[in-house]
Amino acid sequence: MASNRSHRIFSIVIMVLLGILPPIFIWIGEPFYADLATRLVCLAIAAVSLNLILGYGGMVSFGHAVFIGIGAYAVGIPSYHATYCEWDAIASYNGLFQFGIAISLSAIFALIVGAICLRTKGVYFIMITMAFSQMMFFFFISQETYGGDDGLTIDIRSELPLISMDDPLQMYLLCYASLVAAVLFVRMIVRSRFGMVLRGGMGNEERMRMIGYNVYLYRLIAYVISGAMAGYAGALLGNFTTFISPEMMDWTRSGELMFMVILGGGGTSVGPVLGSILFIGLEFVIENTIALINHDWAKYWHLPFGAFLIGVVLFVPGGVIGLFKGKGGKK
Amino acid sequence: MDYVLLLTQTLNGLQLGVLLFLLASGLTLVFGIMDFVNLAHGSLYMMGAFICATLTFATGNFFLGILLAIPVMALLGYAVEFGLARWLYTRDHLSHVLATFGLILIFDTLVQIIWGEAGIVVPLPEWLDGQVEILPRVVFPIFRLLIIGSGLSIAAGLFWLVNYTRLGMLIRAGASNRTMVSALGIDIQMLFGLVFALGAVLAGIAGMLISPITEAEIGMGNGIIITAFVVIIVGGIGSMKGTFIAAMLIGLIDTLGRSFLDDAFKLFMSSNSAETAAPAVSAMLIYILMAIILAVRPQGLFPPKVR
Repeated sequence: MASNRSHRIFSIVIMVLLGILPPIFIWIGEPFYADLATRLVCLAIAAVSLNLILGYGGMVSFGHAVFIGIGAYAVGIPSYHATYCEWDAIASYNGLFQFGIAISLSAIFALIVGAICLRTKGVYFIMITMAFSQMMFFFFISQETYGGDDGLTIDIRSELPLISMDDPLQMYLLCYASLVAAVLFVRMIVRSRFGMVLRGGMGNEERMRMIGYNVYLYRLIAYVISGAMAGYAGALLGNFTTFISPEMMDWTRSGELMFMVILGGGGTSVGPVLGSILFIGLEFVIENTIALINHDWAKYWHLPFGAFLIGVVLFVPGGVIGLFKGKGGKK
Repeated sequence: MDYVLLLTQTLNGLQLGVLLFLLASGLTLVFGIMDFVNLAHGSLYMMGAFICATLTFATGNFFLGILLAIPVMALLGYAVEFGLARWLYTRDHLSHVLATFGLILIFDTLVQIIWGEAGIVVPLPEWLDGQVEILPRVVFPIFRLLIIGSGLSIAAGLFWLVNYTRLGMLIRAGASNRTMVSALGIDIQMLFGLVFALGAVLAGIAGMLISPITEAEIGMGNGIIITAFVVIIVGGIGSMKGTFIAAMLIGLIDTLGRSFLDDAFKLFMSSNSAETAAPAVSAMLIYILMAIILAVRPQGLFPPKVR
């Protein structure tokens, strides 16, 4: 049990540090690191949502970035129409309206796509989720009104009661609070009866079916919840960057999200958060270390980064957080 | 409807279908036999284009470039199998996907380091760089006809290889039961390496053939690889016949959809809304097709009998 406790303390330390350090950066005037942290926290929410289906449900969804894109466009499109005074039905700067659309559209998309994808298994599921996300990628590229390939600038951020997203500290705290809520929410789901069935389906689907559970339905519900959460993360991210483009939902983005989950440790509550910190932190560290050696080589940082990712897959299959679990904690 | 445009676009669709087949056949071979998902297959397509470009400039002849690039691609494919894939066969698909995702980053950066940021246009020999009138009023680039012709002959060669040679017999046997094949004294490790090299050559040839039309550029494989996935899903993963039919189907539907969907829509909606809807729908057309086929047949059109 001692190893389990060290794992828990480590998880809490990560969450607390994430709550304290970035506000300090903002306070002492290091906007660059604060920006990095805000982007990181938004992506961490998406990684936490992916973990629900990937880490606990065993569904290797290679199209999760599509929900980030849908969420971001759910903010961008109403705001665009409000700026240019047309299409009054959806034109709005109201944050509650925009976030509501982001969550419900992501959930609907997840429901439709999930209903088709979950009929298939294994490698089919990986490729189909990937193909559907690419479908939306091409759909948004074909939308000339909203900038197509070039993307869309959000001129005015979502207007929320009490909170101003234009203030970096308030923006960060909103994202951080959302992340904490997401982690706790997934933890609650996983420990509930619903979560037991979901995890049971990952371990042995046949057995769960024989006991009398409709595994398909449980998976579909988890997929919809996960998609809606990632849509929310996308709405936050769109508000933060104020620039959205189809590139946000390119399949390589989905691959990065999967890496965040696996790098930190799938099937643990804080693993995806740790993974996001490591992923974005390492990108930054590797690029800058190379720049110290030779400035012109900095753009080649993907090479050692790719090698590192392969190394993680080969040698650290349980994710970094698994290293803190010791032998007793391993599954 | 304008028959000249229809015929031209049908040929363009065939050309896309042939390229998709070259890519997807390697994917489906590797998956069918080693149960290995290779995301970096698109990188091999890109490497084919760049290696062929360099060899074409070195020798001054496009065809010599292709001939010399083929063994290089085989070596590269074998190296990927030996260096990475071999260590992952016992792991789950998730690990395959993640590791080969890392490999894509490495290949893309390698190309950036060796060949630079800008794309390379591969020059064609003069006699290929023209157009020919195949039917009255229907003119078509000679080189695109050559792509279709060579792609179809490679497909025929592949069918012969898989169905009528000893190597093909081992490939089919490996796809049904690889443990049994190795128990019968076949060096299965060697077979895996050969199949991977064959897949790399096929993907490389697709890249070489397209490089004079588009140009060899970084990340050129990352878009088309998803379409190749759609092809093997629709065809049934592991089935050569299914892959061929699905590749042609998707090549044709994608190309014809992009050029005729707005006309088709105008038949039953106002021309204004047709012009807004058509680009969006044609961009999604092949994925909608995939969704429909999967809703009816989750294992694809021609699922292999043994899996």
